Amino acid sequence: MMNRRSVLKAVFTGGLVAGLGVLMPRVALAAWSKAAFEAETQEAAMGALYEAAPSASVDVTLKAPDIAENGAVVPISVNSSLAGVTSIAIFVANNPQPLAAQFTIPEGTLANVSCRIRMGKTSAVTAVVTTDSGSFSASKEVKVTIGGCGG
Amino acid sequence: MAKGILRAKAKAKGGNTVVKIMAKHAMETGNRKDKSGNKIPANYIQTLTVAYQGKTVMETNMGTAISKNPYLAFTFVGGTKGDELEMTWTEITGATATETAKIK
Repeated sequence: MMNRRSVLKAVFTGGLVAGLGVLMPRVALAAWSKAAFEAETQEAAMGALYEAAPSASVDVTLKAPDIAENGAVVPISVNSSLAGVTSIAIFVANNPQPLAAQFTIPEGTLANVSCRIRMGKTSAVTAVVTTDSGSFSASKEVKVTIGGCGG
Repeated sequence: MAKGILRAKAKAKGGNTVVKIMAKHAMETGNRKDKSGNKIPANYIQTLTVAYQGKTVMETNMGTAISKNPYLAFTFVGGTKGDELEMTWTEITGATATETAKIK
């Protein structure tokens, strides 16, 4: 009985989620991934987002300061000359939760985003660009003189 | 909750629209402690979606490593001066709001 019940429940929930996906394709582009954002290592965060580890590519440009005086506000910008970019993610290896942000790039939006991140300490910052043909990354070491994660 | 936390500048230029958004938000990570040593609960903007004429032009998922008063800049193809952008944000607490900005 329990089995049948849980199967029915799973089918129902699955159907509901699929239905929502049809109704709201805008929202369903990429849900906020709890597993990825709460992962405590970069490998775990990447593992939650990508099937295979991203390969380094010269077509991904990561702009970040060499030395960030204030880790609370570190300007980062990422752009890529790759075709068919669907998303861009930014990781900070030594942060308590390495995944900083994930941008979904719909068709018609340029693969060029800027934002400001927080860094607890000196760390490698990695940008991962996902295209139809896989994931590509670029990283840079940013030195932080004052941490920005509090505590 | 807080209403009107976004400040956005959108400018149509050469067929593209450059959008710059700044949100006024503390982006509390949940890692910080107050004076008596209690953890301050996390409260940060989780998602920010920007739509132009019903079509999403940017969807951002943010984590704890985004600075306070988050800033976001991007460019999309198209966009006409005078049209409106719709920006929807959602906090980790579930609070959500939609704000609009005109393309200049």
